[in-house]
This record gives sequence, structure tokens and C-alpha cells, in this order.
Amino acid sequence: MQPDTFFRRRRLQSLLFFVVILSVTYGSIVLTQFDVVRGLLAVPQAFAWAVVNFIPDERAWSRLPNILSKLQETVLVAIASSTIAAVLGLGLALFGANTTRPHPWFSLPARAIASVFRNIDVSVWALILLFSFGQSGFTGFFALFFVTLGFITRVMIETIDEVGVEPIEALRATGASYGAIISQSVIPSCLPQLISWLLYMIETNIRSATLVGILTGTGIGFLFDLYFKNFNYGSASLVVLVTVAAVLLIETVSNAIRRIIL
Amino acid sequence: MSLLELHSVTKRYGAETLALNSITFSVQSGEFVAIIGPSGAGKSTLLRCINRLIDVSEGDILFNGVSVPKLRGKELRHHRTQIGMIFQHYNLVNRLSVLENVLHGRLGYKNTLQGILGLYSEQEKREAVRILETLGLYEQMYKRCDQLSGGQKQRVGIARALVQQPKMLLCDEPIASLDPSSAKVIMDTLREINRTMGITVLVNLHQVDVALHYAERIIGINRGQVIYDGPPHALSNAQIYQIYGSEAGELILDLKERYAA
Repeated sequence: MQPDTFFRRRRLQSLLFFVVILSVTYGSIVLTQFDVVRGLLAVPQAFAWAVVNFIPDERAWSRLPNILSKLQETVLVAIASSTIAAVLGLGLALFGANTTRPHPWFSLPARAIASVFRNIDVSVWALILLFSFGQSGFTGFFALFFVTLGFITRVMIETIDEVGVEPIEALRATGASYGAIISQSVIPSCLPQLISWLLYMIETNIRSATLVGILTGTGIGFLFDLYFKNFNYGSASLVVLVTVAAVLLIETVSNAIRRIIL
Repeated sequence: MSLLELHSVTKRYGAETLALNSITFSVQSGEFVAIIGPSGAGKSTLLRCINRLIDVSEGDILFNGVSVPKLRGKELRHHRTQIGMIFQHYNLVNRLSVLENVLHGRLGYKNTLQGILGLYSEQEKREAVRILETLGLYEQMYKRCDQLSGGQKQRVGIARALVQQPKMLLCDEPIASLDPSSAKVIMDTLREINRTMGITVLVNLHQVDVALHYAERIIGINRGQVIYDGPPHALSNAQIYQIYGSEAGELILDLKERYAA
């Protein structure tokens, strides 16, 4: 094939790709009867409306103690579910990792559990759990717990296998028991990673908890939903601002912790 | 009675691979034995069968009069406490301090709870410090192991084995990852331990010159079989060819002559 032909073909491919994308986009616009021009023109208006309506007013500030107590509830549920999931996830990872599993048969079930829990989204878990627990704090707690358990198990299996079999072999050779090998060799080697991932999951879960709260009618999410649906935009906006501040604070703290331990 | 006796020890991986083929020899208490042979000859497998990190397929191993292949649970752990092991890659827990790594050598003597919590007695800690002192690691005691050089790490490995108060040391290529001067320090240390403490040493080496220099007895292995078992001076050129194959054999003989000269 001549270089000429090669580049012509390459250009043709790009053109074709572009045409396909364009027609899919146009097709979607026509089907949904979305008016692009009006949509774009509405953006500045929307901003203006947001600025006017979302500034917390007197009434909103008077509700601050209530908002803070709900925020506290949400943050604590996120921390509790992440921490408990991290501990159990580490245990499950010990069964799943190639170097620490007590028997090869444990590995596949542990990995399967991790995979299922991780791949179902937190909002889907919340919907599923609504059937069992109704609109209560438990639903949110377990939804966050399951996703975190899956995630932590997965990453810790990798961390444990990365640390390698060498120190484990050395401790076996001294006559150490399985429990001693795990607690004296495996856990010290991967504890910093575990803490780092736990902090990451706490950050993620505080964000998710807010959304899950809207579904389950608990915590700060519920409060936002309530104010918003009552056209009480000032208070709803205060909820958003407080949540953002909390997330930033937690992230700063966890970054500081991470710097120290790693 | 010999400290260690191997009777027709055979190890198979799957149906085809024969890692050890009917190995028989015995080791007296206090001997310094070097096991030589090319990579993949079965040297590592052989050592790991002795402390049962690997299960043997057939044959019997007697250590101190006790049959090893059938040991289970507590008895197996007791068996392992009597044998210290030193590894090519040191096999330390890098994030922990030197002292903690050395104390790991005591874990075999602990019950489950003590082991999990890492509870060591005052006497054990003093003993660990004393051993570190004799190996010249006193200043490094509280350093993390990932801050040490290769030679220092291997000495930590030796300290961990010694704190077990073993009857025998199994050394799996202890100097393969070290520079020549660190390697000499390690081999001298092993000889010193053998002579002064009377601990039997079984060391896998692929440097024939080092084996000839340090060992009182050479066991040559190829393809899982013992080719030579005797003193270093009686090892003939033909036997080195047999152990290593012809081309490698020539290179090794060259080294041997230069070493002799």
C-alpha cells in the first residue's frame, strides 16, 4: 500500500467517524424535541435565577443547627460504614489473596463477593435495601457498607499479593502460626495502604451518603429534598454549601493523615 | 545418630516434573555442607522439604530422630523452630524495624494469642539485642529494614534465624544477591556460627569456588539427583562437568584453578 493511499484511507475513516457522531447527536435532538438554541439561551437566565434564589436567607440561617445535626448524622454514617467495611474487607481479602488464603477454595468465593458488591452501584443498593429496611438510616448504612466492602476487599487482595510471599515464607519457616504470620507480617506490610483506601472511601461515601439520603429519607439528603420541594431554595442552598464545606474539610484532613503515614 | 537423614526423598510436581529423584544422604551434627548444582537442579526444593515448606512426595526425612514428612500442626511448628532459614531475598518485613524482624524468629515458640499480639518476653528481647550486637547491627536496631543495604539485610536474616536457637541453619542462596565483599562477610559469619556455636549449616550455593572454600563437604545435585557427596578436595573435574554440564563446567574449572593458585 502506498503512503498516499494509507493517509487517504485514514482521512476517510476520520470523516466517517465524525459523520456518525454528528448524525447520532442530531437524531437524539430531534427525537427528544430538544430546542438547542433555547436551551443555550436559558443558561445565563438560569444562573441569574440561581444567584437570586440560592442565597441563604434569614430563615435558612435560623435552620443551621438543624442542618448541622443532620450533616453530622450523614458524616457519621459514612465513617461508620466505611470503617466497619474496611475491617471486614481486610478479613475477606486475606481469604481471597493468593499468598494468604488458608486454602485455594476460599479464593474464588471471596473474590466473587467482592466483585458483586463493588459492581452494584450504591444507589442501586439503596433501592434494593429499601425493601428490607424501609426509609431508615440502616438502608443508607448498608448500601454504603456493601459497596465499600467490595471495593476494599478488591484493592486489599491486590495489595497483599503485591507485598509478596517472601516474608510469609520466612515466618512459616520459623514455625509461626497462621494468625501470627498475618498479624506480624501481612498486616504491618499493608496497613498504610488500607488506611489510605479507607480515607478515600470515607470521602467518597460522604458524597454518596448525601444522595442516598434523598432516596432513603434520612440525613442531610432528606433535608435538602424537603426544603427544595417546599420551594425553600435559600435553605436548600445552605444545605449544599454546608455539605461542600464538610467534604472539603474531610479531604484536607485525610490528605494530611495520608502524608504522615505513607 | 545423625542430625539429619534423608532416605530416597522424592518430590513430584504434577505427573511429569520430577524435582527430587530419590535423594539419600545424612548430615552429622556440626557439619558445614554446601549443596551445589545448576539453577533448577532442585536445591531450593530440597532445603524446603527439610523444614516442610514443601511436602515431600515419597521417602522419609529424619531430623533428630523424628520423621518429618508426617508432622502436622503443633509438632510441625515445633520441628520448624529447631531449623533456622536464610533466604536469597532476605524475606524481611520491610516496613518493620530490624529488632521486630529479628524477634519474628521467636514466633514459633508462641501460642496463638501471644503470636497474634506479638508479645515477647524481656529475656527474648535482650537475646535479640545481643545477637544484633555480635552481628554488628547494634546501631541499626531501630531502623526500618528498607533503609538497610543488602549485606545488612542478610545479617538481619541471620539474626532472625539465630534467635530461634536452632540446631541447624538452611541457607538458600544466601549470597546470590550480594556484592563480593558483603558475600564474604555473610559466608564468614556462617562459618563462625558453625564453628563457635556448633550449629549445623546446610547452604545452597551456585558459586562453586565459594563452596569449595568454605564447606567441609560438598553435595552436587543435577536434575534432582545426587551426583557427588564428599569432601571438596576429592571433587574431580569430571564430576563438576557432570553436575553443571560441559560448557559451564569449563568456566567453573577455570575458576577453581585460579582459586587454587
